[in-house]
Amino acid sequence: MRDRILEAIFRAIDDANDSFAPADRLAKSAETVLYGPGGNLDSLGLVTLVLSVEREVDDEFGTPVSLADEKAMSQKTSPFRNVGTLADYIEVLLTENANA
Amino acid sequence: MPESNVIVITGTRKGIGQYLAQYYVEKGHCVVGCSREPAGYDLEGYSHYTLDVSNERDVVKMFSDVRKRFGAIYGLVNNAGIASMNHSLLTPLKTVQRIFDTNVMGTFLFCREAAKLMRPAKCGRIINFATVATPFKLEGEAAYASSKAAVVSLTEILAREYAEYGITVNAVGPTPVQTDLIRSVPKDKMSRLIDRQAIKRFGEFRDVSNAVDFFLNPQSDFVTGQVIYLGGA
Ligand SMILES: NC(=O)c1ccc[n+]([C@@H]2O[C@H](COP(=O)([O-])OP(=O)(O)OC[C@H]3O[C@@H](n4cnc5c(N)ncnc54)[C@H](OP(=O)(O)O)[C@@H]3O)[C@@H](O)[C@H]2O)c1
Repeated sequence: MRDRILEAIFRAIDDANDSFAPADRLAKSAETVLYGPGGNLDSLGLVTLVLSVEREVDDEFGTPVSLADEKAMSQKTSPFRNVGTLADYIEVLLTENANA
Repeated sequence: MPESNVIVITGTRKGIGQYLAQYYVEKGHCVVGCSREPAGYDLEGYSHYTLDVSNERDVVKMFSDVRKRFGAIYGLVNNAGIASMNHSLLTPLKTVQRIFDTNVMGTFLFCREAAKLMRPAKCGRIINFATVATPFKLEGEAAYASSKAAVVSLTEILAREYAEYGITVNAVGPTPVQTDLIRSVPKDKMSRLIDRQAIKRFGEFRDVSNAVDFFLNPQSDFVTGQVIYLGGA
């Protein structure tokens, strides 16, 4: 499942990169920092990416997830710190959904 | 012209919502409606989702389905709403919760999910429902009027958040319109209320659709964060 999630995120990155300035484009790797110190995205860039990821995850798994999270803007625990933490977070949501 | 002609309207089983669903289908729009109970009518160009607007999971699922069917949407009319007329000292907290769930949480959720489907086209119109009970500060409507005050505040702030996506967010504040919503309000209370309007009559469905038409108009792209109170409230 994790590989499929990462692939979905990478497709979302491709999509979001189209609207980012060249210097802000994101690399397709689990280590890519997204938001917070060392990250390329401002809050609007984060919105663009998150919405693309929601869409790709829904298309890949047929399960719509809302990635809105209270901790989104927190530097320590935000699921949006990097691609890896985002994938973890999506895995949790999809599992919760499957068990609901 | 906008690329999509799809309009999502909440609370379409009866009352103002049912009228708006039929009205916009007649105008050639594809209308997606919803309410807790099935619509009870069939219309070409209309499809119904049976859900509670405050149920996040169901709302997200509905918009996922709408995206797969239509791609984008052009308009959202957040009409679903409930009221309770009661002195605050006699109002159970549960009632307040129910009112806020439908009127505020429902409106928030639909704005959030609809904006996601409007953003790619950089074009969208969101119309929320306020009420004259808020500016009139009506006694006996603390829960209802304050929930709609929250809707006004949401409208004003989302107008700013969504502006860069070409999405306008406005609200219509009807006066009393003869639907089930106000059936239980005593006659004398209703006439005192109508007396406070500049134009002293009940609102009609067409008064509401006229204001919604204005906000929905593609040319209203410089009008956002506004509330039109009918009847001169
Ligand atoms: N009529 C008035 O005098 C007046 C005045 C000012 C403002 N307004 C506003 O106008 C809007 C429409 O009111 P109305 O007079 O048409 O009311 P209504 O006749 O009572 O109809 C309300 C509609 O909303 C639906 N609804 C209620 N709660 C819902 C929920 N949690 N989830 C999904 N659907 C829900 C109902 O269907 P189900 O029961 O099947 O869910 C119904 O279709 C409301 O926002 C109201 O506050 C009305």
